[in-house]
Amino acid sequence: MAKHKSLLETLQHQGISRRSFLKFCASTASLMALPPAMIPAVASALEQARRPSVIWLSFQECTGCTESLTRSHSPTVEGLIFDAISLDYHHTLQAASGHAAEAARTAAMEENYGNYLVVVDGSIPTANPGYSTIAGISNRDMLLETATGAAAIISVGSCAAFGGIPHAKPNPTGAVAVSDLITDKPIINVSGCPPIPVVISGVLTHFLTFGTIPALDALGRPKAFFGQSIHDRCYRRPFYDKGLFAESFDDEGAKKGWCLYKLGCKGPTTFNACATAKWNSGTSFPIQSGHPCLGCSEPDFWDGGGFYKPLSTPTEDIAATLVYGAAAGAAAGVALGTLNHARKTRAQQAHAPVTVDDLEKGDGQ
Amino acid sequence: MNGPSLERGINALKEQIDAPVAAFFNSCVHCGLCAEACLFYTETRSPNRTPIHKLEPLRRVWKSEYTFWGRLASALGLGKQVDDDLLTEWETLVYDSCTMCGRCSMVCPVGNDIAYMIRKVREGMAASGHAPPDLIGATRRAVTIGSPMGVKLPALQAQIRHAEKETGLKIPVDVEGADYLCTLSSMEIMNFPEYISAIARIFEHAGVSWTIASDGFEATNSGIQIGVSEIAAELVERVVKAAERLKVKAVISPECGHAYMAIRWEGPNLIGRPYGFKVLHITELLDELRKEGRLRTRGREAQRLTYHDPCQIARRGGVVEQPRNLLNMVAEDFVEMPEAGIMNWCCGAGGGVSTNERADDLRLTVFNRKKAQLDAIHAEGMVSACSNCRIHLEDGLEKYHMDIPVLSLTETIAAHLADNTPAGEGSS
Amino acid sequence: MNETEFLMWVRGPAFQIATIVFVVGVVVRVLEILLLGRKGNLAEARGSATAGGLRTILTRMWPDRGTLQRSTFTVVTGYVFHIGLFVTIFLSAPHILLIRDVFGVGWASLPTTIIDATTVVTIITLLAVLVYRLTNPVQRFLSGFQDYFVWLVTILPLVTGYLAFHRIGMTPPMLLAIHILSVELLMVSFPFTKLMHAFTLFMARWYNGAIAGYRGVRS
Repeated sequence: MAKHKSLLETLQHQGISRRSFLKFCASTASLMALPPAMIPAVASALEQARRPSVIWLSFQECTGCTESLTRSHSPTVEGLIFDAISLDYHHTLQAASGHAAEAARTAAMEENYGNYLVVVDGSIPTANPGYSTIAGISNRDMLLETATGAAAIISVGSCAAFGGIPHAKPNPTGAVAVSDLITDKPIINVSGCPPIPVVISGVLTHFLTFGTIPALDALGRPKAFFGQSIHDRCYRRPFYDKGLFAESFDDEGAKKGWCLYKLGCKGPTTFNACATAKWNSGTSFPIQSGHPCLGCSEPDFWDGGGFYKPLSTPTEDIAATLVYGAAAGAAAGVALGTLNHARKTRAQQAHAPVTVDDLEKGDGQ
Repeated sequence: MNGPSLERGINALKEQIDAPVAAFFNSCVHCGLCAEACLFYTETRSPNRTPIHKLEPLRRVWKSEYTFWGRLASALGLGKQVDDDLLTEWETLVYDSCTMCGRCSMVCPVGNDIAYMIRKVREGMAASGHAPPDLIGATRRAVTIGSPMGVKLPALQAQIRHAEKETGLKIPVDVEGADYLCTLSSMEIMNFPEYISAIARIFEHAGVSWTIASDGFEATNSGIQIGVSEIAAELVERVVKAAERLKVKAVISPECGHAYMAIRWEGPNLIGRPYGFKVLHITELLDELRKEGRLRTRGREAQRLTYHDPCQIARRGGVVEQPRNLLNMVAEDFVEMPEAGIMNWCCGAGGGVSTNERADDLRLTVFNRKKAQLDAIHAEGMVSACSNCRIHLEDGLEKYHMDIPVLSLTETIAAHLADNTPAGEGSS
Repeated sequence: MNETEFLMWVRGPAFQIATIVFVVGVVVRVLEILLLGRKGNLAEARGSATAGGLRTILTRMWPDRGTLQRSTFTVVTGYVFHIGLFVTIFLSAPHILLIRDVFGVGWASLPTTIIDATTVVTIITLLAVLVYRLTNPVQRFLSGFQDYFVWLVTILPLVTGYLAFHRIGMTPPMLLAIHILSVELLMVSFPFTKLMHAFTLFMARWYNGAIAGYRGVRS
């Protein structure tokens, strides 16, 4: 990578016009809910980016997050945001291997102590450090060590942000999120399985532009991208409001593009930018292609009671519960009813006939 | 036995609770609609006279004895129990402020038959010594003398002789094999003896075979008013025995609301066996005669007449159309009061209230409801088929300075009988 | 417990517990009533008890004219909030899905705008009902802790459902969880309170109508 060139020069070198670059800046700014007046600031900040050092740690992950960022239609501007940073350590992308790779990480940490960014994808096993090691170092140790000099940590993907699929029941590796181990550093959760590329680049852009971390929601996610639910921004929302639903994947409703709520769509409880930013260079997103949202950017989405089970339905077998409950109730009711009946019979047996002489109290009225 | 006691009262309430009672208490949502259906509330605006509230003693026994949670609460010393203080407080609500008219039972949105339960509460009140003294006195007279008003056979015989003289007809007494056994209320014997003449004339006119029983003439039943089933059964049994002895086809209940309830609906259940004869209210019999063409009238009452439905005969008894059919034969201008028929407002004196001197002021206060009904139609005369209603209606009209005569339906019919030409079969 | 776990708990074990308490409690109470029994009637019938019972079950759905005039507020608000509860509970799409999930039968839903408006109307009506209960002499006199508690557990699912639909105040999973939890509170309260009338009123009306019908009275 050409470390000596500015980003703009790099882009120009790669045949990307300034017009395209500004377009990227504008769309990123709009995604981050920045006013249009900020676009030149974004552009100039990126142009003069001072290329902070970034250490990318991959733990219990599937590389899907990296793929999401790098395997988009090439060459995209989002992908080239990497040129604005000095990616000093990344398993998948770096040429170095073994001790040389670890040496690069250590060197970057020493050189930029207190200023470098740590990007993490994948969860960290805590049940047994041997479940996932790199160069003989457990994920936990590497994270704790690398985090000490970090300016901020970006947890990319739901595994790093919330534990993700490794954390799903029964969680054999004892997988945890970055935020479960690191509490003294700013952490930005860019959740999703995988996260939307433009969201990753947007967070980096924000950091490069302002040198700060963006406003976060309660789950540590940038509000600019995770502030609204899929449901609220879904183009199929009018069908939900009208009560028009696809009942199966091949019925008329599905063909007409009606709401997928009844097919288990988790849009109402899922916060992400899919419905607006979309995927594959803005081509589509799952709901647009006819599949309900899985809720992948939410904690424990894998244990959410079934991808195809509507949100409003119980996760246990309530029909069976009803049957057993009714049977138990009938047994208890008959027992109690029989006791009541016996009590009444006893009262009838205890009845002493009331005569006119039994009406007046001895002590007068 | 050993006199009344709280224990006997609670035991009586325990005996009275059945599936309907449990369903009713389970269903009450405290909406208060029954209050506006009760003249004792509407005319006093006292919230404690809300019908459902009058059942508190029964509700507590139901809850603590026949519900799982209530029993659990009782076992833990929680939950409200029934004691003498409670029953003392409730005595005036259950006896003085309720005529068991059953209007509340008609409006309850969840379907609670409150009057059905008041009847049951009174069993507990009486057994625990919380019946009003006047009702106890009346009951004692009914059992020992034969009539709550102390009317004995000689008094009846005197009225019969008087009626025979007035009508020139023989009043049959103890005639075995007669079709109908006519019973009378003490009120009629003492206050409205014209009733005896009236039925004698009508039956002569229609050719009805009938009799009065010297050992079963009293139709009223203090037992169901005070709430003692044994006594009620004993009083019913007197009429049943007379009817069986004289081998009649049917017993005729007189113009008295609770007497009809006692002999027609409660009777067989009180004595524990079905009757071998029918029971008809006098207006039912007269309407049958009308249908058969055996009852013919002439002339009509010119004044604007209305009909007051006695609660136990109409709403609680099911006799609604018959009196109207009869009245239409003789009334030129018959008008219904608003909410007539099964939704009619009680006069305020039924269910033992008129016997209970303590409640005199109250029953006259709540008569205001009847006044409003009458004012709405400008009635010039009111007909009814219950002598107890009539006495109280006259009282009330006097108190409110209203000049409206109160007539007996049977007597009004008798006054308009057509000339006796051969009418139907049968002989008197 | 994070909010997803909380949501899973209310949709899973908590809903199961609530269902058990609800169904066992209701069945026990219904059987407690039925098994108390009722004596047969020895008096000669004038009408049909069965016809009377069935008729009263239906006819008590509307008031007599006098009651409507004298207790207009109670009658009208009673209708509004009962219909409102029916519409919001049984005609909203997510609820129908739950019913279909459990019982295997479903039906068409109403548009969310109608459900939403109905919810608002029902909440306002229930607030008015509470004010009336606190101010009307009869209702205030009759009311105890249970009456206010039942009011609360009835309005809570409406309020939480409204908040969940509009995502007000908390994250949607949390709002949904709280909404479901409020319904579970309602279910658990059901067998121990006057909420039971939803089931027993049919029995009460039946008995009332049967007693009257036997005597030839349309009650």
